[in-house]
Amino acid sequence: MTTVLPVPNLAAIGPEILVTVLACGLLLVDLFIPKDRKRAVGILALAGTVVTALFTMRYWNYSATTFSGMFVVDNFAVIFKEVFLFATAITILISLRYLEIEKVSLGEYYALMLFCTLGMMVMVSAADLVVIYIGLETMALSVYVLSGFMRFNVKSSEAALKYFLVGVFISGILLYGIALTYGVVGSTNLNAIAETIKLKGLKDNPVLMIAMFLLAAGFGLEIAMAPFHFWAPDVYEGSPTPVTAFISVAPKAAAFAALIRVFVVGIGLMAPHWQVLLWVIAALTMTIGNVTAALQSNVKRMLAYSSIAHAGYMLLGILAANTTGLAGVAFYFFAYAFMNMGAFGVIILLRREGIVGDEVDDFKGLAHTNPMAALLMVVFLLSLTGIPPTAGFIGKFLLFSAAIKAGFYWLVVIAVLNSVVSLFYYFRIAQAMYMGEAPDSSIPRPQGAPSLTVAIAIVGILTLFFGIYPHHLVELAKASVTTFIPFL
Amino acid sequence: MLTSICAVIGFPLLGATINGLFGWKIKRKAHWVAVPAIALSAIFALRLFSQVLAGHTFVGDLYPWLVIGKLHVPIGFQLDQLSVFMITTVTFVATWIHIYSIGYMDHEPPMGYARYFCYLNMFVTFMLVLCLANNYVLMFVGWEGVGLCSYLLIGYWYEKASAANAGMKAFVVNRIGDFGFMIGLFLIYKFVGSLQFNDVFAHAHEITPAMATIITLLLFTGATGKSAQIPLYVWLPDAMEGPTPVSSLIHAATMVTAGVYMVSRSHALFNLAPLSMEVVATVGAATAFFAATMALVNNDLKRVLAYSTVSQLGYMFIGVGVGVYAAGIFHLMTHAFFKGLMFLTAGSVMHALHGELDMQKMGGLLKKMPITAITFIVGATAIAGIPPLAGFWSKDEILAGAFVHGHKVIWFVGTFTAFLTAFYMFRLIFLTFFGEPRDEHIHEIAHESPPVMTIPLIVLAIGSALVGFAAILPHGGVAGFLNHVLASGHHVAEAAEEGGGVEHMLMIISVIAGFAGVGLAASMYLKGVPNPKTLGSTFKPIYTLLYHKYYVDELYFFLFVNPLVGGSRQVLWKFVDVVLIDGTVNGVAKVCGWIGSGLRYIQTGVIAHYAIGILGGAVILYWLRLLFG
Repeated sequence: MTTVLPVPNLAAIGPEILVTVLACGLLLVDLFIPKDRKRAVGILALAGTVVTALFTMRYWNYSATTFSGMFVVDNFAVIFKEVFLFATAITILISLRYLEIEKVSLGEYYALMLFCTLGMMVMVSAADLVVIYIGLETMALSVYVLSGFMRFNVKSSEAALKYFLVGVFISGILLYGIALTYGVVGSTNLNAIAETIKLKGLKDNPVLMIAMFLLAAGFGLEIAMAPFHFWAPDVYEGSPTPVTAFISVAPKAAAFAALIRVFVVGIGLMAPHWQVLLWVIAALTMTIGNVTAALQSNVKRMLAYSSIAHAGYMLLGILAANTTGLAGVAFYFFAYAFMNMGAFGVIILLRREGIVGDEVDDFKGLAHTNPMAALLMVVFLLSLTGIPPTAGFIGKFLLFSAAIKAGFYWLVVIAVLNSVVSLFYYFRIAQAMYMGEAPDSSIPRPQGAPSLTVAIAIVGILTLFFGIYPHHLVELAKASVTTFIPFL
Repeated sequence: MLTSICAVIGFPLLGATINGLFGWKIKRKAHWVAVPAIALSAIFALRLFSQVLAGHTFVGDLYPWLVIGKLHVPIGFQLDQLSVFMITTVTFVATWIHIYSIGYMDHEPPMGYARYFCYLNMFVTFMLVLCLANNYVLMFVGWEGVGLCSYLLIGYWYEKASAANAGMKAFVVNRIGDFGFMIGLFLIYKFVGSLQFNDVFAHAHEITPAMATIITLLLFTGATGKSAQIPLYVWLPDAMEGPTPVSSLIHAATMVTAGVYMVSRSHALFNLAPLSMEVVATVGAATAFFAATMALVNNDLKRVLAYSTVSQLGYMFIGVGVGVYAAGIFHLMTHAFFKGLMFLTAGSVMHALHGELDMQKMGGLLKKMPITAITFIVGATAIAGIPPLAGFWSKDEILAGAFVHGHKVIWFVGTFTAFLTAFYMFRLIFLTFFGEPRDEHIHEIAHESPPVMTIPLIVLAIGSALVGFAAILPHGGVAGFLNHVLASGHHVAEAAEEGGGVEHMLMIISVIAGFAGVGLAASMYLKGVPNPKTLGSTFKPIYTLLYHKYYVDELYFFLFVNPLVGGSRQVLWKFVDVVLIDGTVNGVAKVCGWIGSGLRYIQTGVIAHYAIGILGGAVILYWLRLLFG
């Protein structure tokens, strides 16, 4: 007896196919490009990413399910795929020169970045725990290598190893959560899980509750939410700065999207349980992130802790479990991609022969040596603090008002208090730039390569634009979460 | 009208953009961009004023900004008697301060010059957004924006560490206030479902009195930050580190009044919460009094003016707190004129004396710089409440309002503070401009400022002398005009009429208080009876207490800054990171050392610890869930 597998709808995974072909193609092309011209591989990767992003836009309102219900293409998946592709494109732009300075300009770098993107794209489209796991591992393996890409640098190698070991550990936890879920419900498909919980009344099942914790821990690692955040500062500090910019945005977005899909669709009926859990985690995450960030003198480390805090704000959106909240998360990731990658871009700008440029003191006098970069950095810092008229303010406003609507008053008080405190450390950088003495003129002035300047300018303009005119992006974000309305 | 409103905001915005982007090229000609920008804005504001005077008001949106479910937050403006009154005052005073800056900042390096004018234009833009917004969120944009510009301008001379720190202090203290404002905003959204002024005020009565009290107290917290009231006033005296025209524009005439404006704008909410009103009036009276006492003994020209600003802002809050909003806003306007003027004259003195601010080293400057001295005296007479200058009218309306509405204690404190105000202002005048020069060198270099600085002084002095008469214009004067917006549902008019006879009495008392202050100052600092020095040593404890500003800065440092910094360093850094993490790490590393020497080098210990942390965290969270589930 033969089982006939249904033919999957390949059109639905068009973007994923494109990225795979592109990544493999880059590896091949890399063979024919001489060592001193690896920049060409990067430019090719960039072009490919932009094309994929444009191509993915065609899937807006496409709505399809394929691979026996394991893979969905809905607006939610599309909007997050755009976040990843945008982050990838900007990362490539800010990498070009950095890799040359660090003397690790290798073609594989770009291929790995695209494999990572592929993993994330699979993750957000997955409607099955196993597929989510596959996506997550594809993503994670690429990131391990990327974070250790400066292989002669001890910090970078250490970062990679740490990330790897913690990642493997958490991978086991996640699998255990999936196994427990399967054991109780008898399926790994999210819709089937939701059905079974409803029919059999399993929403207070203790084993399923443990599974819920394990799943939260599994995604919580990539999100870097407390208490699963320990690895983040070490890894962020050690990784090559463009990779740090990338992993602080894209994998975090992927894990958030997966968390939303699993919690809202799969175990949406258990909301009262996971809301309590996420309440505690969100409060912890924000507070630990912000308070510890205030103590750092290394800007990469500071932004690492701040990115932990931002994850805390975004948890408010899931916690609220209403359309505004979920749309707020989607919007916030765009805003966060703009402002955070911009801030890291400026750090890269400061990297020049002999200067690492990631200490607060390295920012001293930037307002004189490169006024435009200093001005844009202020925009990013304002946005990270959540001061209008920037995209970061709009994002926070969406998230906080969603949480208020859902009745989480005290959590919003904690969140607002945290965002107030965050000003203190973000503006230490502004203070150094505008009020610090410029270093003596013997040190080369920070000057951006054209690609880097373009990248910073793009994200800077977008940060301001979506602060002043966020309407359409908010509408898109809202349209992207209609998938979840039946489950809310 | 929308076009005119956009023009009012647009011109300074354009000026700021041009100077911001091309300042490196424009350099010393930056004022050719900034001054016309603000002047055009002022002209359009005046046009709008005449339209409102003719009875046309406007509420409308430019474009939708944020649409969340039923919540619509547009970029939209509201032009009514209140906002037009504000923007006219702001643009008019700002124009003259811009012109004055041309002279005052002429020693600045070219790049800094353009940067200065960029910030100044940007500040006016945000201030106008704050005043013209038709919803709380857009108001908040202006609110944060002026805070940012204030921070940038206080720290303008960043080479001075004290300037950089003062900028930071201002920003951080303001953020504490913003916290209240933001929470208040979210609660309004929750209980009214809208953040548009008109919707909120129309549905304000649906809020329970208790919730209205909470909301208004939170909003008032924001106001105490921005308008430097107890307990958040501490940033304003330090803000004097900025260039003097900035002190004049931002820290006297406009930005600091934002809190008063916001409370008046939200009067429909405050009227629902008598307790909050009581708090506003009490905080205002307390601030007025304490700030005035601190000004009594200070020898720094600008700081005396700074404490005086804090004190006068207290008066404005007394006004809005006792329900005479129009009087509060009127005082805001007269204060913008005379305090703006006094700061500019102080700047003129400073400019002439190469930055000297210690009054004890001055004296006899009247002959050297007559225009500066005379215009200052006009300003001081106005603030002292001597009729018929501006301050007399507005202060009197506030105090009369307080008395008539039954706040007799607040009236008394206010009147006594008026006496103190007259005293410290004339102390300043006698020490600076009269008597014998106490420092030959300083007296030697003193000279009158150029016309580009003195003309704004003269214009503002004329304003300080005359704007008060607006109170007795036909149709109820300023109060009649503003009460189109502010009087809704309140019994101001009747109360004022009842107390007709009493009002004259009160007026006489406050005039006597003013003259008494001037007289005492004259006798002490011109005649030396009683001698200020012996008086100071007789009442040494009080003098020391006042001189050290009640030790409030030290108290805050002890109460908040030290524990916060120390706490996070001790607990989070030393304990969690060093003791817990490193301790565990080191411990585990030792164990690992026994197991295998190779593994030690890649710090497996750290990872193991992280894993333990993660597992432990999950277990604790699970346990918490069981506990609270």
